[in-house]
Amino acid sequence: MSKVLAVVEQRGGSLRGTAREVMSAAATLAAELGSEAHALILGGPGVTAAAGELGSYGAAVIHVVEDPALEDYHPDGYPQVVTRVIRDGDYGVVLFAASAQGKDLSPRVAAHLDVPLATDTTGLSVQGGEVEILRPVYAGKAFTRLTIQASPVLASLRPNVFQPREAPAAGEVHPVPFSEDPASWPTKVLDFESTGGDVPDVSEASVVVSGGRGMKGPEHWALLEQLREALGSEAGLGASRAVVDAGWRPHGEQVGQTGKTVAPKLYFAVGISGAIQHLAGMRTAGTIVAVNRDADAPIFKVADYGIVGDAFEVVPRLSQGIRELREGA
Amino acid sequence: MNILVCVKRVPDTETRVRVGSDGASIDSSGVKFVLSPYDEFAVEAALRLKEARGEGEVVAVSLGDDSSQETLRSALAMGADRAVLLKGEVSLDGLATARALAAEVEAHDAPLVLLGVKAADDDQQQVGPMLATLLGRPCATAVSSFEVKEGSVICRRGVDGGTETVELPLPAVLTITKGEYEPRYASLKGIMAAKRKPLESKEAATSDSRIRVAAMELPAERSGGRIVGEGPDAVPELLRLLREEANVL
Repeated sequence: MSKVLAVVEQRGGSLRGTAREVMSAAATLAAELGSEAHALILGGPGVTAAAGELGSYGAAVIHVVEDPALEDYHPDGYPQVVTRVIRDGDYGVVLFAASAQGKDLSPRVAAHLDVPLATDTTGLSVQGGEVEILRPVYAGKAFTRLTIQASPVLASLRPNVFQPREAPAAGEVHPVPFSEDPASWPTKVLDFESTGGDVPDVSEASVVVSGGRGMKGPEHWALLEQLREALGSEAGLGASRAVVDAGWRPHGEQVGQTGKTVAPKLYFAVGISGAIQHLAGMRTAGTIVAVNRDADAPIFKVADYGIVGDAFEVVPRLSQGIRELREGA
Repeated sequence: MNILVCVKRVPDTETRVRVGSDGASIDSSGVKFVLSPYDEFAVEAALRLKEARGEGEVVAVSLGDDSSQETLRSALAMGADRAVLLKGEVSLDGLATARALAAEVEAHDAPLVLLGVKAADDDQQQVGPMLATLLGRPCATAVSSFEVKEGSVICRRGVDGGTETVELPLPAVLTITKGEYEPRYASLKGIMAAKRKPLESKEAATSDSRIRVAAMELPAERSGGRIVGEGPDAVPELLRLLREEANVL
């Protein structure tokens, strides 16, 4: 039966959180298909040391391509290398993370291989020997179940949806020689400007603190920043379309149909009324907490827990309480 | 310099989605369709570049049925010079769409091809880089602003953890996201002019979709609606519930 390949990401030589998720999803799918899961990781010198961990998440074989030219993602180089390994490996299914990097990489690989691609997959199963993919459309207002009539089947997986699961496998490391010529890659990376240090992107954070119009102005975001900090390093910041349109927050933080669709385990909606296009973008979150002055705000209809009240009074108390809980834990 | 912008007709983002009678697509009755918001950014970016350079032509291209003429007219009303409708089936198979567009791009002398970063209906975020790969051209995705130099284009784009600046030799393909390109409203004059601008219609060089949709479903309604309390005094109870009931703290 066809093997499953997980194309996993590293940053600075360490596995990214999505790497364990994609690897675990590949291992689970391979078990259902009665086959085995492999991993592919590209990186700079030292990446081989980080790659070994993938064996604990179900990788029978770990292909590692290690070269200084692969230290950071490259939009011309990475697709070439990934395509070559897929072609050489006879894979029936290839899974990527639907991260910013994965969404840049996977369509290029799909075009090189001449096969379709399903983006932002939230469910994988085997039906009658075929891989069935569940994925949101209309930013989560609906879901489609689909199959891909080509091989390999390519899918990128939405971060935070597939749980990492320890499942020890052989984890045999296969170094793959790097044979591409970086001088032939047309795109030149000139500069990288880090925003917000180590704060995870809203689409990958496992906890999200989002603010809306009820925050009354960009100068009050320090309150949400404090709540985010209290929740730990896995927490990211989000925003409603209204505040992005008003220029209070960058578009990269926007949650909803013309922004990002997120699925964190915990989502705080502060001062967000809950427009339909916002709800579409966050309704698959694990637990939703809403704080809003207006008891009739639509956000309370989807929130698991709501507090009717002024964000300026509730949020500081919330931040303090969470800090105390975490310190006591 | 000529610029080609690929656009798509999608349901307005305020649409309440209902599943159609085939069980695999939306019920489009009563749905208002618009030019996909991300494609509006791409049209705006193309128009600003043309205005700054004072030369060149902006051509809007769309794959779809006759109803997409309306979408192309929206791009013309914003200021595009002419439009091409590629008549063919639009599906979830972005590679089939990219193929149809690639055949058209080859027929134009347009060093820059712009698309929205994703379509607001399928959210697949794949046609741009697929198109570029098929054409053998470099591509920058999720571009928030760019400037054209002699023979190249310099783009700022959002990546995991920050903003990257990349330089691509022309010809190139860019997918545009919200950034500097807040789209203009079509003026009445623009709307009138759009009616007289050339809109060519031809059969698309399409291939069949290899993505088969078995079903479309609405997400389970969340059983929310539980108000814990009012004001800051409700915080301790909320924290208890998050810790003991939801198990998330």
